[in-house]
Amino acid sequence: MWIRMSEETKKIKLKVYRTNYNKEESPHYDEFDVSVKRWTTVLDALLDAKSYSDSSLGIRYSCRMASCGSCGMKINGRPRLACYTKISELNDQTIVCDPLPNFPRIRDLVTDFTEFFAHHKKIEPYIQNERVPIDVVKNDDLVEFKQTPEDVDKYLQFSYCIKCGLCYSACPTVATDTKFPGPQALSQAYRYTADNRDTGEPSRFNIIDERHGIWRCHFAGSCSSVCPKGVDPALGIQLLKGHLIGITKNDKKIATLRSKEE
Amino acid sequence: MGIKPNSENNSSTGGDIRIKSGREGLMGWLNPTRYGWERVSYWLQRLTGVGLLIYFIGHIYETSSLVNGINAWNSMLELTQTTGGHIFLLLVIGASTFHTVNGLRLIFTESGIGIGRPGRPDYPYDATSLNYKQKSGIWVALLLATIAMLYGGMVMFGDVN
Amino acid sequence: MPLLKLRESQIMKIHYLTGICAVFFVAIHILFRIGMGMSFNESLEFHNVVANYHNIYYVILLELILVFISIHGFNGLRIILLELKQNQWWESTITILVLAAMIGVIAYGTRTIIIGSQL
Repeated sequence: MWIRMSEETKKIKLKVYRTNYNKEESPHYDEFDVSVKRWTTVLDALLDAKSYSDSSLGIRYSCRMASCGSCGMKINGRPRLACYTKISELNDQTIVCDPLPNFPRIRDLVTDFTEFFAHHKKIEPYIQNERVPIDVVKNDDLVEFKQTPEDVDKYLQFSYCIKCGLCYSACPTVATDTKFPGPQALSQAYRYTADNRDTGEPSRFNIIDERHGIWRCHFAGSCSSVCPKGVDPALGIQLLKGHLIGITKNDKKIATLRSKEE
Repeated sequence: MGIKPNSENNSSTGGDIRIKSGREGLMGWLNPTRYGWERVSYWLQRLTGVGLLIYFIGHIYETSSLVNGINAWNSMLELTQTTGGHIFLLLVIGASTFHTVNGLRLIFTESGIGIGRPGRPDYPYDATSLNYKQKSGIWVALLLATIAMLYGGMVMFGDVN
Repeated sequence: MPLLKLRESQIMKIHYLTGICAVFFVAIHILFRIGMGMSFNESLEFHNVVANYHNIYYVILLELILVFISIHGFNGLRIILLELKQNQWWESTITILVLAAMIGVIAYGTRTIIIGSQL
């Protein structure tokens, strides 16, 4: 038996920020009337406008399922993923799309992530382990670290970061401080600090414990309130501050290697 | 050792593409309305902090009239013991109470205490750090600031000693 | 200057500690205005204030409040200004200016305390 789903459609107004700095085009909003259903996402609506009204509309997107982190933009005043935001949940007849705040603007809704990625790279976001014998590294033997599920739980949520930049665009410090690494990079610093395969804590602490480092975070919590993946960057950053100031201890036991024979 | 990325990140906007900084600037932190109570707390902590520093400098200048004798002290008191001066002092009482209580909350939270522990995130991904336990500290700070201002008002405008 | 070489986490420890200490000392300071058996206005009369300044414990308390709040307040100001603009000139200038202002306020307040205690 067929169960008829609600096919009710309604018209909404999509206001999209438009600009092209290479054509001396002054910023303005273009309005599109789009028919939407209960489950239409903002990305669907934008692609509808791009397909049937104005093909020059600049948007960046890929997976359409909140996995790639490409379609971040400011929707009705808050940074959100366009593919993860249903129009029906916004409860508004007019949907306003702006480029992500705090990112350099290229064209329309497309922003430049160069600086954002540079901040991420600066905190050395990879496992460093000086205890692994050099011959193991050189011979590229298939070995693995021993980790319990409890060990994994200590950093797992932070490793779900998709680098969509929503936290970076919501952060009040990033709004004015160009040298501040931002919530994404700092939460990744915690992710590796909490990982018991990693021994890079001293080096990473040196990088973040400086004038424009982790202490420029004042727990405004905006990063965590916009994160679409439950990473909760503010949690990682405050836990890291606790370790830095010596109030909480990072009591991880460095993981040992499992040999081939084991 | 080090499992490091083996190539440089070459992403660049290229030589000819022109871009414009999209930073929100001062307006970014002056607008506390969009992201919940923690953002309001951040905004108020800053504003009250700056306000209290200005008051502190003014208070030291005000008190320095003491060294010039009773007449200088009394004329300085006349300047401050006005309705406007009392209202200003009420704001200082409110600001200092909020800044103190919220400041204590921030010392705990920024040291990783009271903000929860990492775990496996589940939809709808409510952030552990934005829990009601620490958030209630903001409300308590606001409540105590109001009570302190009411008491201060009674001392300055009423007959409470 | 050694102070400039402090790590930011050490500066923040000082920031937190001066803040906590200031709360207790300011509370006592306020008690001298409203909890000494006289009204707020009475406690501000010249001879009553001078009498406070002759109490060595109160004088020490005032000096500690002066030092703690100056450090806490001016470091807070430094943080706000650092976050506003980033270039070497601005950062060095505000660090020096904020330190100078802090020392200036402490010196000016100490002068009042010393002269006041001798009135």
